[in-house]
Amino acid sequence: MTSTSPAPVLSRLGDGATVELIGVVKEYPGAGTRALDELSLSIAPGEFIALLGPSGCGKTTALRALAGLEQINAGSIRIDGVDVASTPVNKRDIGMVFQAYSLFPHMTVLQNVEFGLQMRRVSAADRAVRAREALEMVGLDHLAERYAHQMSGGQQQRVALARALVTRPRVLLLDEPLSALDAKVRVSLREEIRRIQTELGITTVFVTHDQEEALAVADRVAVMRAGEIEQIGTPEALYLTPRTPFVADFVGVSNRMQGTLRSGTITVRGASLPSIDPTLPDGEVLAYVRPEDMVFVPLDQAAPADITGTVASTSFLGSLRRTTVRLDDDTIVSVQHGVEQQFLFGDAVALRLTGRPVASSPVAA
Amino acid sequence: MSAVPLTSTAVEPTTVPSPSPRRGRTPRVGAEPSKAARLIILIAVGLVFLVPLGAMFEFTLRTSGKPGVYSFAHYASIFHTDPALGISYEPLFEGIRNSLLICLLTVAIILLILLPTMLLVELRYPRVRRVLEFVCILPITVPSIVLVVGFVPVYQRVAAVFGSQPWTLAFAVGIIVLPYAYRPIATNIAAFDLVTLTEAARSLGASWPVAIYRVILPNMRRGVISAVFLTVAVVLGEYTIAAFLSQNTFQTALLLISQTDSYVATIFALAALVFAFVILLIIGRFGAASPGSRRRRPRRVQP
Ligand SMILES: Nc1ncnc2c1ncn2[C@@H]1O[C@H](COP(=O)(O)OP(=O)(O)OP(=O)(O)O)[C@@H](O)[C@H]1O
Ligand SMILES: [Mg+2]
Repeated sequence: MTSTSPAPVLSRLGDGATVELIGVVKEYPGAGTRALDELSLSIAPGEFIALLGPSGCGKTTALRALAGLEQINAGSIRIDGVDVASTPVNKRDIGMVFQAYSLFPHMTVLQNVEFGLQMRRVSAADRAVRAREALEMVGLDHLAERYAHQMSGGQQQRVALARALVTRPRVLLLDEPLSALDAKVRVSLREEIRRIQTELGITTVFVTHDQEEALAVADRVAVMRAGEIEQIGTPEALYLTPRTPFVADFVGVSNRMQGTLRSGTITVRGASLPSIDPTLPDGEVLAYVRPEDMVFVPLDQAAPADITGTVASTSFLGSLRRTTVRLDDDTIVSVQHGVEQQFLFGDAVALRLTGRPVASSPVAA
Repeated sequence: MSAVPLTSTAVEPTTVPSPSPRRGRTPRVGAEPSKAARLIILIAVGLVFLVPLGAMFEFTLRTSGKPGVYSFAHYASIFHTDPALGISYEPLFEGIRNSLLICLLTVAIILLILLPTMLLVELRYPRVRRVLEFVCILPITVPSIVLVVGFVPVYQRVAAVFGSQPWTLAFAVGIIVLPYAYRPIATNIAAFDLVTLTEAARSLGASWPVAIYRVILPNMRRGVISAVFLTVAVVLGEYTIAAFLSQNTFQTALLLISQTDSYVATIFALAALVFAFVILLIIGRFGAASPGSRRRRPRRVQP
């Protein structure tokens, strides 16, 4: 970093780095299984990737390997095409925001933000200017003289974000930065992170176990499972065409319904649904049907192919309503519909599948 | 204590915090004592310390054989020994010098060996933390007389290498002091997220030495200062080792002097006590002064 140009932080630089993980293996000493099992992922410059997965699937490990905080056992990690295996953390030029509050408690907010610039030998005058700008970016320039213990969790994470970004790192890594915050703050801060990321054009990896959060902020979401990437794609692609039952289950809500797969079409209770995965062998399957892919039909207009059942519960979710229906064969499904449709417990109802493609898994006969 | 059976049902109703703590008569559990109570406690504790000190001071002012006559003559005699009497306090001064040297070396052992070891264990080898703790606490469970008996053959070796120098006691004292130095440092380490702060500093471009110097040590001030002062206090109070290894330190010299001149011995004992007292006060002051340590937040609140 040069100390000459006090250029504004707040500008789209568009010089984000490409990041590639190729067959990365990480096995913690003493652990029987691999935390990362030949993980491969390639990230375009300026892209915002979310790593999504259940607890223990290796999200943090992947991020830490990328940061250089964990040594990997095999594979390679490249930033801008250069293998960084032998580059220590402090030379990788990354910015990191941790899940735990990590502001230096003995420094003021401003000193915290200046720290990275100081490490890069930026002159004191430039440091102050750039740190102020970074704080303005997260809307906290008025708290520059505070200490960490004088701020809320959300404010601390904002400062941590400013601190990570002020050096204009090549890659920004965020490990569940919002998980310690309450729901409202979480939503507003994740939008802010996305806005700032877009403005700076910085390649970003965001770890979360919250699928809603991942879908809301990322350009692409990588769903991880047991140290591998199960599926990677845009939020829409993941939601609409989950390639595996795991993804269908993890991203959004799915109803599991018995069906029969024959040459690419799954027959569920008389309704025909295209299968997303063409490689599945014919036979009995569990189809994963989204709550919004079922609609209520008036009982008197019900066709023979429609499914009947009784209402078990219903909940109002603001802009929509979700009703749980017990089908005649005791399967429980949940159906999403408009708030104007209302049901009472025990109402007899008929459901029709909209015929959108579904993921499915074979049922062991 | 054990005569009254404490059942939880008998206790709970009275320990429930009063809903209006401001004017509530029932004392709240964990509440600060009232001003009057604090004053009484302070005076009581103060008396426990001050009465013996006052008595010692009174003793040093007495004139032997003349009850009721007070003077600073004994104080003056320390610096103006009468050659005719053949009494010399030089061994005592030498003992003090030796003790201070041992102090310095022991503190160096704590700062240059124990502290880095503890940081290294915390950052790189957390698995051996338990082992380290066990080893460091162990000396407190062994009576120093037992330790010393073990030290004697060891010191025959030490003497062979370094000569029978008083400063070599620092090795033995360094072991005695381990539990006292370990505790405050360990408590300090547990009080902040050492690993995350270090990783944050590293990710911001700090090399290991810079991360330790700029981020870790400033947050370790309280623990390190406590450890150092406790070390000093323990070293200055250490008698057994010096006596058994036949070295002249402050404590051994003091005992020797007390056999010939109990007044002067008391003067030095008093000085040592006041010194220790001042050290403790300083620990209290320094500890409270660091800005980040006043209030701690829970590290992770699950939503
Ligand atoms: N230091 C470690 N030593 C041994 N095993 C570890 C260590 N850290 C993580 N693991 C193991 O590696 C696997 C992946 O852990 P990781 O922390 O990457 O999961 P994660 O996806 O971040 O989970 P979470 O959502 O709970 O944070 C887990 O099985 C975990 O038990
Ligand atoms: Mg994690």
